[in-house]
Amino acid sequence: MKPRYTFGGDEHLFVEVDEEMSLDAFFKSLSMTRIIAERSVEGVTEICPANASFQVKFDPDVIAPDTLLEEVRSIEAEAAKADPVLQTRLIEIPVFYQDPWTHETLMRFRERHQDPQGTDLEYAARINGYPSVEAFIAAHSGSPWFVSMVGFVAGLPFMYQMVERERQIQVPKYLRPRTDTPKLTVGYGGCFSCIYSVRGAGGYQMFGITPMPIFDPDQKTNYLEDFMVFFRPGDIVKFKPIDRAEYDRTVEAVANNAFTPKIREVEFDLRAFNADIKGYNARLEGMINGD
Amino acid sequence: MAIKVLNPGLLTSVQDLGRPGYFHLGIPVSGAMDRYAMRAANLLVGNDEGAAGLEAVFVGPELAFEEDTVVAVTGADMPVKIDGEIQPSWTALPIKAGQVLSFDFLTAGARIYIAVAGGIDVPVALGSRSTYPIGALGGFKGRAIAKGDELPVGRPSGNAASGRSVPDALRRENPVPVELRILPGLYDHRVTKASLERFFEEEWKVAPEADRMGYRFRGGTPLEFNEREQPFGAGSDPSNIVDSCYPYGSVQVPGGTEPIILHRDAVSGGGYFMIGTVISADMDLIGQLQPNTPTRFSRVTMEEALEARRARAAMLDHLRMALK
Repeated sequence: MKPRYTFGGDEHLFVEVDEEMSLDAFFKSLSMTRIIAERSVEGVTEICPANASFQVKFDPDVIAPDTLLEEVRSIEAEAAKADPVLQTRLIEIPVFYQDPWTHETLMRFRERHQDPQGTDLEYAARINGYPSVEAFIAAHSGSPWFVSMVGFVAGLPFMYQMVERERQIQVPKYLRPRTDTPKLTVGYGGCFSCIYSVRGAGGYQMFGITPMPIFDPDQKTNYLEDFMVFFRPGDIVKFKPIDRAEYDRTVEAVANNAFTPKIREVEFDLRAFNADIKGYNARLEGMINGD
Repeated sequence: MAIKVLNPGLLTSVQDLGRPGYFHLGIPVSGAMDRYAMRAANLLVGNDEGAAGLEAVFVGPELAFEEDTVVAVTGADMPVKIDGEIQPSWTALPIKAGQVLSFDFLTAGARIYIAVAGGIDVPVALGSRSTYPIGALGGFKGRAIAKGDELPVGRPSGNAASGRSVPDALRRENPVPVELRILPGLYDHRVTKASLERFFEEEWKVAPEADRMGYRFRGGTPLEFNEREQPFGAGSDPSNIVDSCYPYGSVQVPGGTEPIILHRDAVSGGGYFMIGTVISADMDLIGQLQPNTPTRFSRVTMEEALEARRARAAMLDHLRMALK
């Protein structure tokens, strides 16, 4: 893992921490961006961590591009020494898999899909070697996920599955992107799951829908009053399968401002996680289920 | 005071200089695509350069004014009319209560900027009044303006001097063919040297898919990729990368075929490789390109990019002096 530095025009420094996605690359990207933020370098206007890379926006009238490059390079060694430990949130996201709304949408765009005869879930289950859609859903909702990037559109989380690489779900995107995706669709593309924060175009496979808004520009949803975007890079997500009745109840509770997302403050240690992934995930699951 | 929208035009939205600071959460910079023109319009009517005005693409709106005030229209060449009479553009124009501001057909460029003394006074959202329609954020109710809307106007500064205008030398030119300067980088190592050379030699044309999110180009030869085993998480197409941030102005080439320059309402990231970034000095110009405009991409160094940036800044200083 050797970071690669390149400029995005005269206003962005772009750092690819690693070509391939891994939790190690994400942690390195996150720790480098945190150190840059702590140093509050004059002329740096914005720091954006992504999955295995990050971008630093700067004002070249204030800091010379090469000066910034040297500053960020010097952080690399410091970041390597930092403990891979993160104080973060563990969040339960209810998901109504195989819901009627994403089903209607995926049928409408069937000719853009690899498998026009099946559904997105049937296709994903088959190519990942699961005997049934139910078994696939159990895998998708069975392990936690790291929010490794927030973006594309406002507040959309990219989530990386916290399991051994050989167990990771991988699904290609649609052959041609759809022009429509229901709001709050739980999607999948490459090795990332996502939640579409708004309705719109999209190319990720559609697995289900969450009743829990994650972006509210009007800030009327109780838990989005302080800030309109719910997710932050570094959040840990656990999906909880729900049925239609619970979906409807939750939608109503959200509308009445009576819904509170289930959130636990946790300390995540990458070394302990890598030493015993299964055991670590079981502990995380225990924390979200315990009161 | 309010402005009544009699006809919104094709796509007209409230914009200021943008909403920096939230890109890491997927919220784009937004704001005027031609920020120089937006600043000029504001300065003409005595506003702060960052006041909100209207950006209209290809077709101008028809607006009725409730009170006497001062307006200015800059940007693309599109004849300005008040109650049907042609008026000069890049000029502070008095308009009386009950009068209607409208436009003739576009003759050059793509976007006009309309400033009114006091600015369009929609609520500030995350530090800006700019419209981000995908997120239903900012602007007038988070969307483009529509017939019947009443746009609130702020209190004028009193510094508007009717008749004042921007000197010709400080107005935008619309050169054709257009040259856009690119600093190569980001993921340009993914394509062969020869095909990158060709990219900068060939003539491209603006495609019909050109909007505030991005400008697509056609007509050149597809890029050839250096072979590699795709890294884990990147996706199977050779133009795919592990989803990363997309810098403002970056040039992505999905499938290697049609370059797209990301602009002010672009998605903040994704999984397509980029061959470089249009330099900051040339971003305003893109907002004035019409579909089919012949375009060449030229390669510059960081030094040249910074030199061009200084030249743009100097031009803006001249504008500020001229309108003081």
